[in-house]
Amino acid sequence: MKCQFTVFRFDPAADESPRYQEYRVDAEPTDKILDCLNKIRWEQDPTLAFRASCSHGICGSDALTINGHVGLACQKLVRDYKTANNFVIEPLPLFKVIKDLVVDMNPFLEKHRSVKPYLINDEPPPEGERIQSQKDQTVIEPALRCILCASCTASCPISRSNPDYVGPAALLRAFRYVYDSRDTATGSRLAGLDGNDGAWGCKTMWWCTDVCPKGIPVTRCIGQIKRAIKQKDKKP
Amino acid sequence: MKHHYDVIIIGAGLAGLRAAIELGEETKVAVISKVFATRSHSGAAQGGIGAALGNEEEDSWEWHMFDTVKGSDYLGDQDSIEIMTQDAPRTIYELEHIGVPFNRTAEGKIAQRAFGGHTSGFGKAAVKRACFAADRTGRVILDTLWEKSLQRGIRFFDEFHILSLIVQDHQCCGVTAYEIATGEIHVFHCKAVLLATGGAGKIFKTTSNALASTGDGMAVAYRAGAPLEDMEFVQFHPTGIYKLGILISEAARGEGGILRNNEGERFMERYAPTIKDLAPRDMVSRCILEEIRAGRGIDGKDYVHLDLTHLGQEVNDSKLAEITGFARTYAGVEPNKEPIPVQPTCHYMMGGIASNADGQVVLDSQGSTFAGLYTAGECACVSVHGANRLGCNSLLDTLVFGRRSGKEIRKFIHSIGLPPIAEDVAQQEKEKLQILMDRPGDENYGAVLAEMQAVMMDKVSVFRTQASLKEALEKIRELQQRFTRVSVGDRGNCFNRELLDVLELDNMLDLAEVIAAGALFREESRGAHFREDFPTRDDNKFLVHTLAGYRPEKEPQIFTKPVTITRFQPQERKY
Ligand SMILES: Cc1cc2nc3c(=O)[nH]c(=O)nc-3n(C[C@H](O)[C@H](O)[C@H](O)COP(=O)(O)OP(=O)(O)OC[C@H]3O[C@@H](n4cnc5c(N)ncnc54)[C@H](O)[C@@H]3O)c2cc1C
Ligand code: SF4
Repeated sequence: MKCQFTVFRFDPAADESPRYQEYRVDAEPTDKILDCLNKIRWEQDPTLAFRASCSHGICGSDALTINGHVGLACQKLVRDYKTANNFVIEPLPLFKVIKDLVVDMNPFLEKHRSVKPYLINDEPPPEGERIQSQKDQTVIEPALRCILCASCTASCPISRSNPDYVGPAALLRAFRYVYDSRDTATGSRLAGLDGNDGAWGCKTMWWCTDVCPKGIPVTRCIGQIKRAIKQKDKKP
Repeated sequence: MKHHYDVIIIGAGLAGLRAAIELGEETKVAVISKVFATRSHSGAAQGGIGAALGNEEEDSWEWHMFDTVKGSDYLGDQDSIEIMTQDAPRTIYELEHIGVPFNRTAEGKIAQRAFGGHTSGFGKAAVKRACFAADRTGRVILDTLWEKSLQRGIRFFDEFHILSLIVQDHQCCGVTAYEIATGEIHVFHCKAVLLATGGAGKIFKTTSNALASTGDGMAVAYRAGAPLEDMEFVQFHPTGIYKLGILISEAARGEGGILRNNEGERFMERYAPTIKDLAPRDMVSRCILEEIRAGRGIDGKDYVHLDLTHLGQEVNDSKLAEITGFARTYAGVEPNKEPIPVQPTCHYMMGGIASNADGQVVLDSQGSTFAGLYTAGECACVSVHGANRLGCNSLLDTLVFGRRSGKEIRKFIHSIGLPPIAEDVAQQEKEKLQILMDRPGDENYGAVLAEMQAVMMDKVSVFRTQASLKEALEKIRELQQRFTRVSVGDRGNCFNRELLDVLELDNMLDLAEVIAAGALFREESRGAHFREDFPTRDDNKFLVHTLAGYRPEKEPQIFTKPVTITRFQPQERKY
């Protein structure tokens, strides 16, 4: 079946401003949007730039704006869209475009780093594993699904208006360590998140939760950080 | 641009990161990766990592060792397998200590589940040995190691693609790399290089591997004079989603999933009466294809069913959440109610750059080493997987030997100064790329790639014969010729994917040739290598590793190396 792809193009070395280019692709309803982009690149236009690797929604490379909605090109199929086989493909919003559909992820990663995304526990570990209950492990389980695709942060209205807001993806990572029963830095983590550029920046608009390709209840996890900040004296 | 480091690590998967963490504290080390670190294909690993912790059932590392040796069809080097299986529990505890969020048992210990070929009592019954975090084990280990590296302040060069090794007087003293965002060539001058570039599944049409799994490190090392070992052993995982190759982990069968043919029969009972659906991968893949050949594929097509409907929503939606999600999204089936259509998919390279248990690249059957060059992970062949890798042993391999390489490199770099290199390395690489960019071409990259993948799938996959392999070799050589006429249409310097595609294709064509040549040489059937014209194992002639040496403009030179046998003498392999 014939599909029409309207694709955002911008090459800073050649273009003064972004433009849109049309491609016609022969696709099956079960093809991924990524398959269609690969076909364009391999068969029609080798200059089209986008990132992709695992091709099944686990590496987080190919979050794009597809018909106005943020999603992973390898997780969305042609048949998922009721747009009469017309597709508009654009880069993730919010981030600076490097070329075509490729954006600069560095600011996103800076924010990730800022939440100290690693286990802090200075007590000498036992010879075997530390004991953790199934219940405690299950609390952080939703956050373990995150693939750092940046869909949530790119879609977040607060991130758009406040560039210093750390954003939903970084807050989700913070949640993962705040609620890890093995982490001993809960107090200082919460102190760092207690502010309008941190957890209180979130105004519970649910966009992050809506777009997350891994079905993570991002907004709810951020809510749990807020609750922990309020009860700071007690370890969650 | 020129950079100076003590050590350069190529690859930010589990092997590269584990080595970086080992070296990070006191050495100047940088990690180069062509995809952003957390996009490395280690993140796709689903099922688990093997270690005889005995948290769920009685277990011992000797049993793990025996299973690995038997799984390898006695081709694995037993000294290295002993090191790996004995070190496995420590490796898991270390992961737990730095924060890997494993699933837990009721007592709060690390949970374990069954996996193909893992048994207790030297083959008596299946045993729960795979430590896991739902079905995203690779993802959480990769994230944890990456974040640990950030904490250590390790320098990353993400989206840099290596082009070649710098070798001076038989010593590796750096690499050249192409910066994807700018097109600039960088020279990394160092005392030691570790190649941890992962697998090469993209050589085959149907694969569970990523677009980035193109075997670059193996090809670059091969062309620099390092032999490739046992490349004919390519693992086809039995359960890829029909037509797509996306993996449905063995964990699905570890949790109780069953393979069925068009009659609804649990056919693995016939082939492996003791461990049935949990037989090792080489066997199960062949059995599936035998069923299909006998007309028992579903609807007469080339797939069978993986039935998870009896496991219950609880297990499917928690312990197998990712893969049941894949089945819904990509195959359009609801695994709680319907079986998943599956067929074998190219999954793992048992072969790789010949190396020893300290990560040193080995040049010959005497074990002489390539100074300054190290390798670990899927691109290396230690060899712990021999002719067939057991599930859960690759993640273990990356971590055990990633760490050991780091330790060995630390010793090495303290013993030498920075060796001098030629001034014009960058210029030479630039000229090579320019020739590639400028050459007029009437050949299409996509066509050559597709034809290579098709011929490898048809002639060099699960079943092989002398005739099929000769045909394949002829075709690959034709494609190598045609490759010289593939041109690059994109003239840009920023995210010029086409140029990278062409470089990767060049690498894959070399590896495809080595795989087929090794398979033609090995006139026996062992593990994943099955020759229909030589259907039995021949220990008299072929209980040896195959080595392939590069000869410019000529076919690879094939020679052999003995297998190290310590505790377990070769026996017939039955399950
Ligand atoms: C779907 C799937 C599921 C799996 N499940 C399991 C499992 O449950 N248990 C298990 O034990 N094993 C499993 N495996 C196997 C295992 O995941 C891999 O063998 C292992 O993760 C490989 O790790 P690695 O560090 O060697 O390479 P990778 O993780 O593949 O990393 C390779 C790195 O090299 C870099 N690189 C490659 N080429 C270049 C270049 N030219 N320039 C610069 N950088 C380069 C890449 O960017 C990347 O960072 C699975 C494999 C797949 C495909
Ligand atoms: S929370 Fe979801 S949307 Fe946000 S980065 Fe993680 S996977 Fe992507």
